[in-house]
Amino acid sequence: MNRINKRLQEDKELLSIYFTAGYPKLEDTVPVIEELVKAGVDMIEIGLPFSDPLADGPTIQESSTAALKNGMTTAKLFEQIKDIRKTVDIPLIVMGYFNPMLQYGVEKFCKECAAIGIDGLIMPDLPLAEYQEHYQAIFEKYDLKMVFLITPQTTDERIKQIDAASDSFIYMVSSASTTGKTSGFGSVQTDYFERIAGLSLNNPQIVGFGIKDEETFKAATKSAKGAIIGSAFITDLTKNGISGISKFIKTIRA
Amino acid sequence: MNYNVNEKGYYGDFGGAYIPEMLYPNVEELRQNYIKVMQEPDFQKEFNELLKEYVGRPTPLYFAKRFSEKYGTKIYLKREDLCHTGAHKVNNTIGQILMAKRLGKTRIIAETGAGQHGVATATVCALMGFECIVYMGAVDIKRQAPNVARMKMLGATVVAAESGSKTLKDATNEAIRDWINNPTDTHYIIGSVVGPHPYPDMVARFQSVISAEVKKQLLEKEGRENPDYVVACVGGGSNAAGIYYHYLDNPEVGIIAVEAAGKGIHSGESAATSALGKEGIIHGSKTLLMQTADGQITEPYSISAGLDYPGVGPMHAHLFRSGRGEFISVTDADAMEAGLELSKLEGIIPAIETSHALAIFNDRKFKKDDVIVINLSGRGDKDLNTYIEYFDLA
Repeated sequence: MNRINKRLQEDKELLSIYFTAGYPKLEDTVPVIEELVKAGVDMIEIGLPFSDPLADGPTIQESSTAALKNGMTTAKLFEQIKDIRKTVDIPLIVMGYFNPMLQYGVEKFCKECAAIGIDGLIMPDLPLAEYQEHYQAIFEKYDLKMVFLITPQTTDERIKQIDAASDSFIYMVSSASTTGKTSGFGSVQTDYFERIAGLSLNNPQIVGFGIKDEETFKAATKSAKGAIIGSAFITDLTKNGISGISKFIKTIRA
Repeated sequence: MNYNVNEKGYYGDFGGAYIPEMLYPNVEELRQNYIKVMQEPDFQKEFNELLKEYVGRPTPLYFAKRFSEKYGTKIYLKREDLCHTGAHKVNNTIGQILMAKRLGKTRIIAETGAGQHGVATATVCALMGFECIVYMGAVDIKRQAPNVARMKMLGATVVAAESGSKTLKDATNEAIRDWINNPTDTHYIIGSVVGPHPYPDMVARFQSVISAEVKKQLLEKEGRENPDYVVACVGGGSNAAGIYYHYLDNPEVGIIAVEAAGKGIHSGESAATSALGKEGIIHGSKTLLMQTADGQITEPYSISAGLDYPGVGPMHAHLFRSGRGEFISVTDADAMEAGLELSKLEGIIPAIETSHALAIFNDRKFKKDDVIVINLSGRGDKDLNTYIEYFDLA
């Protein structure tokens, strides 16, 4: 069974962390992953940096720009993590934008991910229809789970389509926003989380965008299977470096 | 071959809607409604009246006698520079503001490079009483100061894009982010034939008034609807889409697209996408795109703020790949000389964008009785500072 699906079956609230590969320094990718595992996170999203990350706010864009300046490329990332499965057992997801994948070659990219032991992909700008028409067969051939986003504006009907096309979890964007934008969760979010929980979907949901501390993590996982922290983690990593990772994770989930 | 958009939003291999889920409801709402709304008699009436009474259409099709003599062929200029606000951009913003109104939106965002689209958007927002936010690269804010002042006078808020090269591409990113963060009340008026489907088709349809008029006007002047060539500069490509539109399926009409070579195609400072680009995805559509081997979008350069975009609209990518369009690139230097030359020969100071299209005669030869229509997409007032510095006119 795919590591993501296995983890989703566990009876616990999952903490997933997004970080940008090649940041703060080019060779930090593997040390960051290993430190996150040591700190007890359940899943990691490895961000492949992109020059024009439309869905992201300033924090992730700046880390991406820095990583690209450091020399990060798709080939370099695969080279860095080629032996990652010797030391790391938790689910690993590559998150990026579609153009770098397209330039690398979609099939070649998937094949490389499978060889390394990557479990899934998140490509916010590869929408459901394009995926189904052109790429689903390739993703499935390499047992890569494609994770789709939903937002408070996504209709119930479309959520059901996305649920039907998914086979791991649904990335539930907490509010209509780019990453790192929201401040805390109000009743709007809570209502939305409950609406989704009420749809009885086949795939569990993991909440992203706006999770930054213990309070928001708890609020997000009240009705969802887990939560993803991105911008808040990058901000902490920028400030405190790799040695500060375990302390940061403890502030989220003691 | 078909050169128009298909039902899935593609022009050949190019187009589509590669957008994050956060934008899906907005883009889908537009996709489901745009053709229906545009065909409503009430919409048509309001659109056409505004084009006539407010924009000043039809714009003249002017036979440039001295310019023609100089190059030994027959050159007509479609005078979009005479549109209200000084460029063709307003044809589209009038259409889109009426669209936004019918979709129940109350807030308008836009991106702008040269500022012409920003001014055109701020203008229609003032006309209709909409809130207007225009994203503009910090570099462009400096080099297009008069247009920034115009937008402010018209009541718009101009927001500087500080990321990347701080030009049009980055302003577009910021506008898209704003739209993601304001998904219900906001309409994004894209200024060119770029972006996710249905934008390229919607903008092309609004701009198609240009070639519709050329057909009528040329019939009066030359006794035929079809010129031998239609010529336009291409950054994203909206003025080009407008003048090509009704000729796309007439193979007897040559289509010439002129891109900005900047300091030379291989100088590293260029915006000649057809020469330097590869198939890729930018701002929601698959098109030809200047990028690294790794798929990172590169920063284009042109002396003209309206042309330094790293891609072209998907329609143009298809015209290029299929061979239907002839793509020529023109350097900053040649464009500037052509702008000065038209000023002196015809008393018309063109926008530097347009000057690129006017510069093709140095290398591209035409027959004496060829009829060539160049889309004179905008006037050069906004570029006076650049002209002054370049030619030391002060």
